[in-house]
Amino acid sequence: MTTRNIQFKIYRYDPDKDAKPYMQDISVDIDATDRKLLDVMVKLKAKDDSIAFRRSCREGVCGSDALNINGKNGLACLTAIDSLPIDKPIVLRPLPGLPVIRDLIVDMTQFFKQYHSIKPYLINNDPPPERERLQSPEDREELNGLYECILCACCSTSCPSFWWNPDKFVGPAGLLAAYRFIADTRDQATSERLDDLDDPYRLFRCHTIMNCVDVCPKGLNPTKAIGKIKDMMVKRAI
Amino acid sequence: MKYTVRKFDAVIVGAGGAGLRAAIQLSEAGLKTAVISKVFPTRSHTVAAQGGVAASLGNSEEDHWHWHMYDTIKGSDWLGDQDAIEFMCRKANEVVVELEHYGMPFDRTDAGKIYQRPFGGHMSNFGEKPVRRSCAAADRTGHAMLHAMYQRNVKANTQFFVEWQALDLVRDAEGEVLGVTAMDMETGEIVVFHAKATIFATGGAGRIFYSSTNAFINTGDGLGMAARAGIPLEDLEFWQFHPTGVAGAGVLITEGVRGEGGILRNSQGERFMERYAPNAKDLASRDVVSRAMTTEINEGRGCGPHKDFVLLDITHLPPETIMKRLPGIHEIALQFAGVDALKEPIPVVPTAHYQMGGIPTNYHGQVVAPQGSSQNVAVPGFYAAGECACASVHGANRLGTNSLLDLLVFGKSAGESAVDQLKKSPKAHKELHQESIDKTLARLDRLDGQKDGASVHETRLTLQRTMQNHCGVFRFADKLKEGVQKILDVQKDVQRTEIKDKSKVFNTARIEALELDNLIEVAVATMISAEARKESRGAHVRDDAPDTPANPNGRDDKNWLKHTLWFKEGNRLDYKSVKLTPLTVESIALKTRAY
Repeated sequence: MTTRNIQFKIYRYDPDKDAKPYMQDISVDIDATDRKLLDVMVKLKAKDDSIAFRRSCREGVCGSDALNINGKNGLACLTAIDSLPIDKPIVLRPLPGLPVIRDLIVDMTQFFKQYHSIKPYLINNDPPPERERLQSPEDREELNGLYECILCACCSTSCPSFWWNPDKFVGPAGLLAAYRFIADTRDQATSERLDDLDDPYRLFRCHTIMNCVDVCPKGLNPTKAIGKIKDMMVKRAI
Repeated sequence: MKYTVRKFDAVIVGAGGAGLRAAIQLSEAGLKTAVISKVFPTRSHTVAAQGGVAASLGNSEEDHWHWHMYDTIKGSDWLGDQDAIEFMCRKANEVVVELEHYGMPFDRTDAGKIYQRPFGGHMSNFGEKPVRRSCAAADRTGHAMLHAMYQRNVKANTQFFVEWQALDLVRDAEGEVLGVTAMDMETGEIVVFHAKATIFATGGAGRIFYSSTNAFINTGDGLGMAARAGIPLEDLEFWQFHPTGVAGAGVLITEGVRGEGGILRNSQGERFMERYAPNAKDLASRDVVSRAMTTEINEGRGCGPHKDFVLLDITHLPPETIMKRLPGIHEIALQFAGVDALKEPIPVVPTAHYQMGGIPTNYHGQVVAPQGSSQNVAVPGFYAAGECACASVHGANRLGTNSLLDLLVFGKSAGESAVDQLKKSPKAHKELHQESIDKTLARLDRLDGQKDGASVHETRLTLQRTMQNHCGVFRFADKLKEGVQKILDVQKDVQRTEIKDKSKVFNTARIEALELDNLIEVAVATMISAEARKESRGAHVRDDAPDTPANPNGRDDKNWLKHTLWFKEGNRLDYKSVKLTPLTVESIALKTRAY
C-alpha cells in the first residue's frame, strides 16, 4: 500500500503544564484507508497520546469534532484529507472565540447557555391527546433545514457578532433552534418567543455576514431562519 | 488519591436514548437526580440511528401489537423472553406518542399522522407480508428522537454532569448498589455519586470489533463496571452484523433504504435475496441478510476489484423519494463511498452493529442475577436499560427499529421502577462501601504509575482484530477455541497499559485506557460465551452446528434453549431458562425460522 507523509501544525495548550499555548509541528504517514481528517488525527494520537480532541460518531451526526481547519471551521470526520492542500502543513486550531480547555477542546458553556436561553423545547399547554397531534406534511416540511442541527458550534464560533457578544447575542445555532420551534405548528409560544428575541442584542446583532451558512457541515442556513424571525417581528408590528 | 462524595436520590449513567428517557421520569417526579455522561447528551450514539422506531400504530395499514410480538420472538430465534417482549410491544404506541408530544419531528402521512415505513422482519398477520410499522423522521430518526428527549430534559431541569467518565459501581458486601465513582474529564477530579438508585444506560460495546458502525464512545463501560462488581453478563455471544455498512468505512446505511424499495445485488446484478428469503426478500431479518451477503462474497459473487462487497441499489427509486425519505443516506453515500446514490449503487458489507446481550434485567428494568436456587433475583438499587441491558427482548437477533423502542420502553420502565423504590426507601443513604471505592482508586493508580507497559492503541487494535477474525458473521469451532486463548492474552496486556500523558486536564489518553478496561470484559465474555454455545441460533452460526433434519438451521432447542450468563470471576459460565410464557397471551410456540 502506498503511504505518504502529511505535515501538521497543531495548537497545543495544557494548563496543567504549559505556561502558554504553542503550535506543535508533527507529521504522520497515511495510506489510502485514511480518507478523512479524523482518521489521520486518530493516527496522530497513536503517535503522541497527549493530543486532545473530541470525537465520537465519525459520520457527521454527533457534532463532537468541530475545529478550525486551515482557518475555516468544520468537522474533522467530514473533511476529506484530499480536499486539503498538502504542499504546506495542515493547521489545526480549536474553534475560535470560546475559551480553550486544552489543545483542540474548547469550553462550550457559553454556546449551550445561548441554546438553552431560547427554551429549546416544544411548548403546548393543551392536555396531550390520546394519540399523536396531527400535522400536515406541508407544515412538517417547514421544519426541514432546522431540526437537523447537530450543535457542533461551527456556525456560532465563526460569527464575528458572537465573538463580540457571546453573552448577549444568541448566535446562529441558537436562533436556528428558536425558529425551529416558532415554525412548528404544534408550538403555542410563538408570541413569547418573539418577545424574548425582540432585543438589540439577542437577535439583532446578526448583520447577515453569513459565515454561519458558509461553514455549516450539515448545509443548513441560520441566516435565512434569522431573516424569517425578523420578518415575523415586522409583520406583527404593523 | 483524593475524592469527594456527592449525594443524590438517583444517578443515571449515560445520556443517550435510554438514559434521557429514564431521566424524564425521575426529574418530572421531582427527585434529585444526577445524569452522568462522557459526552454532551446529543452526542450519544442514539443520534446515529436512522430508519425508525417500531410501533403498531397502524397509520397506513392494519397492524397489531400481537403481530409485532410474534415478529420479535421469531426474530429472536425464540431466545427472547416472551414476557418482556409482550410488555415492549404493548407499550410501543404509548412511548412513541409521548415522543411526538415532546416535539419530535416525525414525518407525516397525508392525514397528518406519524409516517410509517416497512422494515426487515416486521410483518402483518403473524408473518404473512411486510407491514409499515417503523415510525420515522426521514432517515434521521435517532437524531430527531435524541434531541427531542434532551429538550424535554432541559424543560424538566434535569441536572447533567457532562464529560464525566463513570469508573465503577459502588456495591457493598450485601450486594446492594450505592452509586458510582466517576471522573470529571476537565479536571481529573474523582467524585463518588452516592445514590439510592443507580440506572445504567451506557449503550453497547460495538467497538470490540475492528469494523463497526458504532461510535468511538461505544466501549461497553456499563458492562465492564457491572462485570467488575460481580454481576454476570447475559447472551454476549449474540452480536448483530448489520447488512449494510459502507464498504471500507463501516458507516451505517439504514435498513430503511430497503424499506423504501432498495435492492441488494451481487456482481452478476442478481437480486440474490430472492434465493435466501423468497417471501421477505431484501426485508428478511438482519442475521439472514448478513449471512446471505457473506455467502455471496465467499462464493466469488462479490463486487469490486477484490470482490469483497455487494451493492445496495436505489437507482430505480424516484429521486424525490430518495431526497425526501433518505436524504441522510444520499449524504453518507457521497461522503463515505464517493457515490451519488441517485445514479449509482452503494458498496456495502455486513458490519458489527448491535449487542443483543448485556446486563441481565427483568422487564421492570431491574438488574437481576442468580442467587441460590433462584435465577432472577433483583440486585437492590440497580437498574439498566437500552443496549447495555438484556431484558431480553432481542434474544439471538434483533429486528431493526426495535432498539429505539427498547430504549424508550425500558428507559421509562427503569425510571418508573426507580421512582417507586425511592418513594418507599428510607430518607438516609446507606453507608458507602470503602473497599469498592479503594479498588477503583487502585486501578487509576496502576495506570498512572505503569512503566514499560503496553500501548493502548496497539492493544485495542489487537483486541478488535481478534474479535473480527475469530467471532464474525460465520463462526468456526477451531477459530473460536483459538480466539479464547488470544483474547485472554490481550487481557494480560490490558492489565499493563501505559499512557505517556499524565495531565489532569482533559486527558483523553487516560479515558481511552479506562475504556479499554471495559472493552476487554465484553470481548472476553463474548468469545467465551460463543465458544461454549454449540448450536446455531440467530446471529450465532457455527460450522459444527449445520442445518440438519433433527436441528433445522442448526438450532438445538433440546440443549441450548437457554440464556448464557458469564461471570468475570474465573470466566465462569452459567445458564438460565428462557421465559416462554408471555404476560397475558399464549406462548408463541417454537418453530423453524424462515422468511
